[in-house]
Amino acid sequence: MKNFVDMYDVSLRYGEDGDGTLALEHATMRVDSGEFVAVVGPSGCGKSTLMKVVTGLWAPTAGGITVNGKEVDRPLSIAGMAFQNPTMLPWRTTLENVMLPLEIVAPHAGKLKRERTGYEGKARDLLKLVGLTGFEQKFPWQLSGGMQQRASICRALIHDTKLLMLDEPFGALDMFTREELWLAMQDIWLARRPTVVLVTHDLREAVFLADRIFVMSARPGRMIAERKVELPRARTLSMTYEPYSVALVQDLRDHISAAREAA
Amino acid sequence: MSEIVVASPPHRRRKFTRNRHFRRVLPWLVVIAIFLLWQLFVDGFRIESFVLPSPTEIFAAGWQWKGPILVNSWQTFMTTAIGFVAAIVFGLVAGVAIGSSSLVYDGFYPALVGFNTIPKVAVVPILIIWFGVGSIPAIITAFLLSFFPILVNVATGIATVEPELQDVLRALGASKWQMIRKVGLPRAMPYFFASLKVAITVAFVGSIIAETVGSNAGIGNLMLVASSRFEVPLAFAGLLVTGAMGIAMYAVAGAIEARMTGWATRGSGGNT
Repeated sequence: MKNFVDMYDVSLRYGEDGDGTLALEHATMRVDSGEFVAVVGPSGCGKSTLMKVVTGLWAPTAGGITVNGKEVDRPLSIAGMAFQNPTMLPWRTTLENVMLPLEIVAPHAGKLKRERTGYEGKARDLLKLVGLTGFEQKFPWQLSGGMQQRASICRALIHDTKLLMLDEPFGALDMFTREELWLAMQDIWLARRPTVVLVTHDLREAVFLADRIFVMSARPGRMIAERKVELPRARTLSMTYEPYSVALVQDLRDHISAAREAA
Repeated sequence: MSEIVVASPPHRRRKFTRNRHFRRVLPWLVVIAIFLLWQLFVDGFRIESFVLPSPTEIFAAGWQWKGPILVNSWQTFMTTAIGFVAAIVFGLVAGVAIGSSSLVYDGFYPALVGFNTIPKVAVVPILIIWFGVGSIPAIITAFLLSFFPILVNVATGIATVEPELQDVLRALGASKWQMIRKVGLPRAMPYFFASLKVAITVAFVGSIIAETVGSNAGIGNLMLVASSRFEVPLAFAGLLVTGAMGIAMYAVAGAIEARMTGWATRGSGGNT
């Protein structure tokens, strides 16, 4: 589907009386269904605000958003979110953590009791996809940071998620774990084809994972550039060191540096 | 060679202090040491028993009056327990309300802090005017002293849910009540159980204050009567019994805490 996410001319100002910070200004972004998009930009450019606007947690001050052809005017339950902090609940096992959204989201919450085994199978499949088989009954604090983050992504996908919103999900991990998770993320995406919006600081990460990359300006944020990543799937880590990728990273860097200086 | 000799004693000593059995008996050793020093102090300086009775005199008085002590301890225990249970119920409900709504928090918290600052001794005479001499003022005083720590801790646990987690749940369309039930309450449980340990001890203080100011039963009353008759060893025996009850209740609260919220204290050997 063309324009699965259609964010047009969105501005967002914090505060109710209209004198708060302007976080987004005339930001426009269109994402096709099943597409993997990355958003990069200087620190504090409103990338996280963008997440909240798209998922309907905050209403834009001006402009509008449609997702799947419907105007977003309330929290969007077809969306799943994962953040830098995996926010697993320490009193639940990994499996129970992954299944948390099912206890809340509308069609599943009613059926969960009766169809428990089926849903558990779904959760186990997802955990298998990210290499967490055997850790279902472990508690989050028995998992490494990278494993917690994998589980957090599973949690974001469990409720038949159509739109996956990732806010620097790999930002707190070390380099090697991060690359492992890029590969895991790519596997998930290739297997399930959700629409993904990834907010990140890491340009190599954006190039490795995304079909298209948006560059945001410094606050107030808007899209100042858009680049297509012409790398075949499934991608390998070594591709990110090929001249094509290096040049793309350079190009993105230049845009962000320019945006930072303009601020 | 000399290096080995130097190196081994600290190693051995560390092992001894880490010894589990030693750790277990250590509190008893401390208590016994206190009593011994106390006894030596009283005997050594020939202090009169109506000023500071020695532990042996206290224990003797306790044994002599064991009947009344038992009856009155039970009275104090019951008033404390009832007040404490009421404090748990009220503290939980009010804590959830205050922790989950900034409106309720802003509205009620200052008044609660003000209320908590009022010395409860000053309230007891009023309670006696309202309810007469008896158990009810003691129950209410125990309640008034102990609900505040519970309330504050539950409210803190609920109010400090990670913002990202709130976003995840809100995006899923979770209601306020779902967020409290799925995340807020479980998350507040370690705070809640920690507060119980504080609350139970202050509940005892509340009961005994009320019994001392105006009651016809309870350990507080017993101590008051004993000191008015210059039975100072008996008054001290009452104090000891109170202390023992406090420790016992604290231990019970601690055991429940360890059972219910082991996930929160996994650092200390709870790695199951």
